[in-house]
Amino acid sequence: MYSSDIKELIKKVEARREYNTSYEPARMTAEQKEQLLATYHPDYRADQFELLKIGANKGEKVPHELAEMLQAHSRITADSVNLDDVAYDVDVLVIGGGGAGSSAAIEAKRAGANVMIVTKLRIGDANTVMAEGGIQGADKPNDSPAIHYIDAFGGGHFAAKPELLYKLVNEAPDAINWLNELGVEFDKAPDGTMITTHGGGTSRKRMHAAKDYTGSEIMRTLRDEVFNLQIPVVDFTAAIELILDENGKCAGAVLMNMETKELMVAKAKTVIIATGGAGRMHYQGFPTSNHYGATADGLVLGYRAGAKLLYADTLQYHPTGVAYPEQIFGALVTEKVRSIGAKLVNVNGEVFMHPLETRDVSAASIIRECSDRGNGVYTGSGYGVWLDTPMIERIHGEGTIMARIPAMHRMFNKYGIDIRYEPILVYPTLHYQNGGLDIGADCQTSNIENLFVAGEAVGGIHGRNRLMGNSLLDIIVFGRDAGRSAAEKAKNTDCCKLTLAHIAEFEAKIREAGIETDKVSPLLLPTYSHGNPKRS
Amino acid sequence: MEKLVNVYLFGKKYEVPSNLTIMTAMEYAGYQLVRGCGCRNGFCGACATIYRIKGQKELKVCLACQTQVENDMYVATLPFFPLVKQVYDIETIAHDQQVMMQLYPEIYACIGCNACTKSCTQELNVMQYIAAAQRGDFETCAELSFDCVMCGVCSSRCPAGISHPQVALLARRINGKYLAPKTSHLADRLVEIENGTYEELLQNLMQKPISEMKELYNNREIEK
Repeated sequence: MYSSDIKELIKKVEARREYNTSYEPARMTAEQKEQLLATYHPDYRADQFELLKIGANKGEKVPHELAEMLQAHSRITADSVNLDDVAYDVDVLVIGGGGAGSSAAIEAKRAGANVMIVTKLRIGDANTVMAEGGIQGADKPNDSPAIHYIDAFGGGHFAAKPELLYKLVNEAPDAINWLNELGVEFDKAPDGTMITTHGGGTSRKRMHAAKDYTGSEIMRTLRDEVFNLQIPVVDFTAAIELILDENGKCAGAVLMNMETKELMVAKAKTVIIATGGAGRMHYQGFPTSNHYGATADGLVLGYRAGAKLLYADTLQYHPTGVAYPEQIFGALVTEKVRSIGAKLVNVNGEVFMHPLETRDVSAASIIRECSDRGNGVYTGSGYGVWLDTPMIERIHGEGTIMARIPAMHRMFNKYGIDIRYEPILVYPTLHYQNGGLDIGADCQTSNIENLFVAGEAVGGIHGRNRLMGNSLLDIIVFGRDAGRSAAEKAKNTDCCKLTLAHIAEFEAKIREAGIETDKVSPLLLPTYSHGNPKRS
Repeated sequence: MEKLVNVYLFGKKYEVPSNLTIMTAMEYAGYQLVRGCGCRNGFCGACATIYRIKGQKELKVCLACQTQVENDMYVATLPFFPLVKQVYDIETIAHDQQVMMQLYPEIYACIGCNACTKSCTQELNVMQYIAAAQRGDFETCAELSFDCVMCGVCSSRCPAGISHPQVALLARRINGKYLAPKTSHLADRLVEIENGTYEELLQNLMQKPISEMKELYNNREIEK
């Protein structure tokens, strides 16, 4: 329920709604966008970053919070585990139970490998389930993988690795088909035509959706298939260190039971890191739309073993996180709300930007509106701008919101806000890790053999910003490929002697660089006290 | 100072700010959650929770991450519930009523008590979608169950031992794969890609200098 102060401000939005609904704001020029990003995007705040002192990316900048984890101590020493006491011995070990890990496991299994998933929460407790808006794929007659390539390459500031982006766009229609054949229920017209919309920065309507439960629908289907294929899923068990062999190839992981803290050795011919993102690191103090376990574990595991990161200094702040009510502060308001017609409106009731600029530009524009321009709406604890949801039914007719974005309606309705009749308040929220481990087209890391990566833990697929719908796509495309590549590679791998020597080597580097820290990593889970004075 | 309320976590009393959710109240009280906490946004179903307000008869259910605390709330979480999931091959499965009889025969033991519907954290009409599954009407079952987050509370309340979320998932997969209309434009595009229709174009783009890519991007035509 809105307070009376906020209700008063809504009148300004209502007064201009008719005009705003038909108003077509101009898109920004390339120069305007550059200027805006440099001034307002969090990635450009130099004081929020530091240079790494050790490791494969020594001398490169990353957020303070990530640097602290990348340069922290291991949770163990080599002598805390007996590497001869092997609890699990598999061909392919998948670390992470989200969309990428599940896709990888399914394809590795289909390729004949003995594959296992280990996940620190449950399979499906992942960012995948909250990817509400959709998945891209150039499958319409007016579209093509080449147009998709240009959209994604430009939207990512021309920084994507071409060989990775090529795979993403070229395998997209096959990924959509693969999901459909597994039984994912895409929104379709009666003749089977996919109902597709725009996302920020797309030049064709190629966003496929399953209402606003797209990721949820994909994840529950993949999970069901993992169970049908009887792939072992070891849940509530985190990987806390990679294991190498004496030739420096990846050969397994040290696992820790999250409840009993028991340590176990998983030996594997190949390993796939599919550990997802980092929203729970709360970079720059931002709230996050991410799941509870999004703590950059994969980056930390890989980095300590010597793997290289790419674009670890670039994060995505989703422009429309919830700014009010505070119980769901930072939760995601899907971009689909704008795809189907809602516009961003400031405290004066003015549409201040085109609603479908890329995410980084939109986020920076909202931050500008709420800071220097002084046009933000005071929420009681901070500022936000309006996302005028009632516009949607003005354009597409009554019933559209319940049919196309029921989850959004449900989320706000629990707090007495009916988005069909009242606009909502939004502000950027930490959403996606654009960077990650550096891989080649076979999904193998560039410098550790037999270590593969898929999903949000990969860097370079999207460049320095990601378009909506390209993440659900990448977890499928790269998940499947990582699974196939890792299964294939496992056939020609004979595991030799296991070692954790890299832990001590990394520890020596920490000492030599004069880094003083009492932190251990990976973080695994954040700790919250919500302002409890006894615990802060 | 914000208003404080009393909540009873597994029967033990804690004083917490009234603006918190059940999940954040547990953390305020000092819990480091491992179970019963997944996406924190109402989609994963990890935080199914049962509560009763002191003095009231009604037993309520919710997702802990999506529900604000109330004074005198007695809370028990349900971080795991043993649902039955039958294993099947999606490629060869029959898509008629028989399949439900074979895999989930217990749905025909439904006594119509409607406890499932009353206990749905997503306010779905669970009993109706089970009725649709009984008839082999997968499309209706899929539609009515679509917003299910598989938290399992319905099954915990069912006297017939039905695993409703798993029944619905089977119906949706059958509907999505076999019954929903086929997409011809997708099939056409797959053939084109298979034939290498876009290969040269893509290879060309991959080689282009950034300056040319910028030209292409900044001047591209955007579908209305």
